Amino acid sequence: MALTKAEMAERLYEELGLNKREAKEIVEMFFEEIRAALESGNQVKLSGFGNFDLRDKNQRPGRNPKTGEEIPISARRVVTFRPGQKLKARVEAYAGSIEQ
Amino acid sequence: MTKSELIESLSRRQAQLAYKDVELAVKTILEHMANTLSAGERIEIRGFGSFSLHYRPPRVGRNPKSGDPVSLPAKYVPHFKPGKQLRERVDQFRQEQDDARQSESQAS
Repeated sequence: MALTKAEMAERLYEELGLNKREAKEIVEMFFEEIRAALESGNQVKLSGFGNFDLRDKNQRPGRNPKTGEEIPISARRVVTFRPGQKLKARVEAYAGSIEQ
Repeated sequence: MTKSELIESLSRRQAQLAYKDVELAVKTILEHMANTLSAGERIEIRGFGSFSLHYRPPRVGRNPKSGDPVSLPAKYVPHFKPGKQLRERVDQFRQEQDDARQSESQAS
């Protein structure tokens, strides 16, 4: 089961005592703030978690995987996520736990 | 934008909440997300994106100083896949900037 906004809001309600509407709004606004910053061309740095960076890609040749037809992939700006050291270390520890 | 700028911006928009509460809310959300990933589970936020773990098989690396081979164990790394709305909004803005630059250079 994947973590969703509803569960994040539930946690804020349980642990911080925000009311349910406030908890839902703050989770919604948290993601909207990040989207808005990226949309206006700004990197987002969340220390301990990771950075959301922007990369401008040039046009490059591509192919329709079904028909094999060549179609150029247009120039675009994309979001990349670089996990921070702390998050990487915590996730690596998970790999250790599944190797018996 | 940094975490503290994000907290400031949220607390301006949620004026009925104390700054401390907003700060704690942001930290709680990030901690919830990091805990989920380190338990090997996914995060799915519609319109924003999803976080999952990607497997990296064991490999033989080298000590960059001595050149000696070192065996590196398998591991998992966090991966983010942007959602449709985020992809479209980020690229839309870039296109508008390009168009504005072009019409400026044509005008001059």
